[in-house]
Amino acid sequence: MQMRIRGCPVADAVVHNAHPPGFAHQFEDIEQQHEAGNLGMWVFLVTEIMFFGGLFACYAVYRSLHLQAFELGSRLLEVPSGAANTVVLIASSLTMALAIHAAQTGKRKSVVMFYLVMTMILGAAFLGIKFTFEWHRDFVEHLVPGFGFEVRPEWGAIGQEVPMFFCFYFFMTGLHAMHMIIGIGILTVLTIMTARDRFSEQYYAPLEVTGLYWHFVDIVWIFLFPLLYLIGGHYAMGGGR
Amino acid sequence: MSTVVTDMQQGAPPESSRVHYLNANYGIKSWLLTTDHKRIALLYLGSITLMFFVGGAFAVLMRLHLIEPQGALVEPDTYNKLFTLHGVIMVFFFLVPSIPATLGNFLVPMMIGARDLAFPRLNLLSWYIYIVGAIFTLYAAISGGLDTGWTFYTPYSSSFSHTQVVPVALGVFITGFSSILTGLNFVVTIHKMRAPGLTWFRLPLFIWALYATSIIFILGTPVIAITLFLLGLERLLHIGIFDPAIGGDPILFQHLFWFYSHPAVYIMILPGMGVMSELVTCFSRKKIFGYRFVAFSSMAIAVISFLVWGHHMFVSGQSIYAGLIFSVLSFLVAIPSAIKVFNWTATLYKGSVSYQAPMLYAMGFIGLFTMGGLTGLFLASLATDVHLNGTYFIVAHFHYIMVGGAVMAYLGGIHFWWPKITGRLYSDGWARFAALVIFVGFNLTFFPQFMLGYLGMPRRYAVYPAEFQVLNVMSSAGASILGVGYLIPLIYLVWSMRYGPVAGPNPWGAKGLEWETQSPPPTENFDQIPVVTEEAYNYADANSGVSRG
Amino acid sequence: MSGHVVPTRVYVGIFLALLCLTGLTTWVAYFDLGPMNTVVALAIAVTKMLLVILYFMHLKYSSGLTRLVILAGFFWLAILVVLTLSDELTRHWSPSPDPWSVLLPLVRGLL
Repeated sequence: MQMRIRGCPVADAVVHNAHPPGFAHQFEDIEQQHEAGNLGMWVFLVTEIMFFGGLFACYAVYRSLHLQAFELGSRLLEVPSGAANTVVLIASSLTMALAIHAAQTGKRKSVVMFYLVMTMILGAAFLGIKFTFEWHRDFVEHLVPGFGFEVRPEWGAIGQEVPMFFCFYFFMTGLHAMHMIIGIGILTVLTIMTARDRFSEQYYAPLEVTGLYWHFVDIVWIFLFPLLYLIGGHYAMGGGR
Repeated sequence: MSTVVTDMQQGAPPESSRVHYLNANYGIKSWLLTTDHKRIALLYLGSITLMFFVGGAFAVLMRLHLIEPQGALVEPDTYNKLFTLHGVIMVFFFLVPSIPATLGNFLVPMMIGARDLAFPRLNLLSWYIYIVGAIFTLYAAISGGLDTGWTFYTPYSSSFSHTQVVPVALGVFITGFSSILTGLNFVVTIHKMRAPGLTWFRLPLFIWALYATSIIFILGTPVIAITLFLLGLERLLHIGIFDPAIGGDPILFQHLFWFYSHPAVYIMILPGMGVMSELVTCFSRKKIFGYRFVAFSSMAIAVISFLVWGHHMFVSGQSIYAGLIFSVLSFLVAIPSAIKVFNWTATLYKGSVSYQAPMLYAMGFIGLFTMGGLTGLFLASLATDVHLNGTYFIVAHFHYIMVGGAVMAYLGGIHFWWPKITGRLYSDGWARFAALVIFVGFNLTFFPQFMLGYLGMPRRYAVYPAEFQVLNVMSSAGASILGVGYLIPLIYLVWSMRYGPVAGPNPWGAKGLEWETQSPPPTENFDQIPVVTEEAYNYADANSGVSRG
Repeated sequence: MSGHVVPTRVYVGIFLALLCLTGLTTWVAYFDLGPMNTVVALAIAVTKMLLVILYFMHLKYSSGLTRLVILAGFFWLAILVVLTLSDELTRHWSPSPDPWSVLLPLVRGLL
């Protein structure tokens, strides 16, 4: 029996189990460690909410002040690419959840690794679509601020403000992509650790905690997609460039 | 504070044969790769002290320059770099980390009866991140400097300055993550690793204060991170979201900047307030007056601090309606701070007060912080702020709080816990002398600045009208006394580490779990995790505080 | 270690719901609903976020403390957005008239 003794007086000292794998000695028991690890990651995600949030706040300000320029800019984005990427990321969240589920239920490590690798592949697909179909095309069409942005005459008077939308587009999707790359890096490490039998039904905390991070990055994109791609009123011009 | 489960106090073996955290391992690797929160606290103590004196050096140069109305020392462009770097280093590399990273890291696990923080390796990482950020900033300081003010306002910083904006912004950005990790560590530790019986309302108020500080670390620091990131991008790409040419608003930068930087000033003072609760109770041998009020006031400060940032922008072009909202909220945020001052004072009342060095610093804090806080009310009021903004009144206001408040609390805390940290006692005579020198030097430096500001002398100016010279010279004289005052503790504290008398577990007779273990503590802090059955500061009566050292 | 195990079919169900909502939000964007476009898009995004956070991230099965933490994050972001907008959107509101310019004619009229 493992005693949980926080907050209530007890007469006896804590009985330490033979240490389960991955146990860190500043903790009293693996339960405490697990709870601390989860709380720690949630707290970290709050810092990420505020980090991305700063950008979203600026977006909210400029969109209110320059709605027409933002709508115009948004119409120049490729909705199919954005939608495809949304699907890809949601699928990667599914595979990530399934990887953790496999570890939780004691499946063979090859199952866990399969789902981790699928998550990474989907993440890489996301980045591939973004960097080749979107960013590269934007660069070729002179829509990248600071890299030969060309204001087009057909944009009219608000043309000078269109680069502002694209600043947001590249900063926000760029920051998001950076987080994806870091996530894929962490997943690589986790896959190797899984191959080396570091996880089990008793101890899979790093997977769980990375899952939280990965889902958070997915949620950021869930907001980026409508805010960047769908505000243009594609109804007005039938979309596309 | 605890019904003692362990029996380690009596008959402690002589220090030379006892193993504790300082002599458990030797060698530079054992320090640079340590995960022991106490060693990490000392790593921080060394780095932060170094940065304090670097920032202080810039201040010395400034005050020397301002002896003469046309400037006595440097060109105006150089003067701009001096005040900027003084601000950047003092704010980001000294004040923000000071108490949390040194005293906090050392004491949080001990005060809650834990063996270490929740994430010891993250703790070490946070120190390395701090060092990397400091190196970037120091590199920038010696290779061109920065002249934008520590506030980095656009469009000057983004489009016009020819100084090292990006390296310094990068240095601050990096160091921000050190704060975030520290705050994260503290929050998780305090929630999950308290000793048995240690309920929230039995916690030392220092822990409440650090918990509130950590909330600000977590919620505020990421915003300045993204802000400096955006500034850096705009500077590198020559286009960005603060650029009016594409519809950008430079004042938006100020909103983002102050959203962090105002709560940051509470990061700088809250831990000091936590130290104050510990000092005032110990040196009046009384439990704190109104424990819950003090605890909740820390939380209230943490929350309300995020609602007032616009008071830095009353004259920036901000909407007057927003100004009204921020002004009202700024008056509100003064209330919890005032509650603390009332409660510390009430704690002193009918207490058995003794005046060792830590208590001298605490008394200094009460007076000087109150003055700084009251002058903040002048600034919270829209109409008077129009007159006082951008003048030396502001400079005096924040130095009364930051130096008269935060630094005094920091020094008070260092002196109070020094025997616990090092196992040595220092000369209280020299310590009291230094405290008095600092108090006198401080007031002589900064009180004239209130007058200068009221009379209209602008801040951040390399020259000033001749009629302000007397007050400026007084301020510079005070600064030299203050500088000497800060050097004295450096000498006797370092001296005590080698030659000071050996300290017992509890030389002050204080209450608190950290005093229930050896000085210096063993690496694991406690031989057995204590069980807590008493409330905090349970000083029985005026005569119970016999030193058990 | 005891973590809550969510059945696979729940995950797949949430995944399918997310796909549907993605399709829905994309489809709605091609109709002109005026300002409601933004409202609908954000409502759908929030719904998707809730599905991910409650089920994939297990918030539904987590402690009150965890929920408070994440709520605090969103609340603080709201503070940043709302108070910043309170400035940016009200800058060009007409200022209240100088009291004397209103009172002086009245006073003169009385004399």
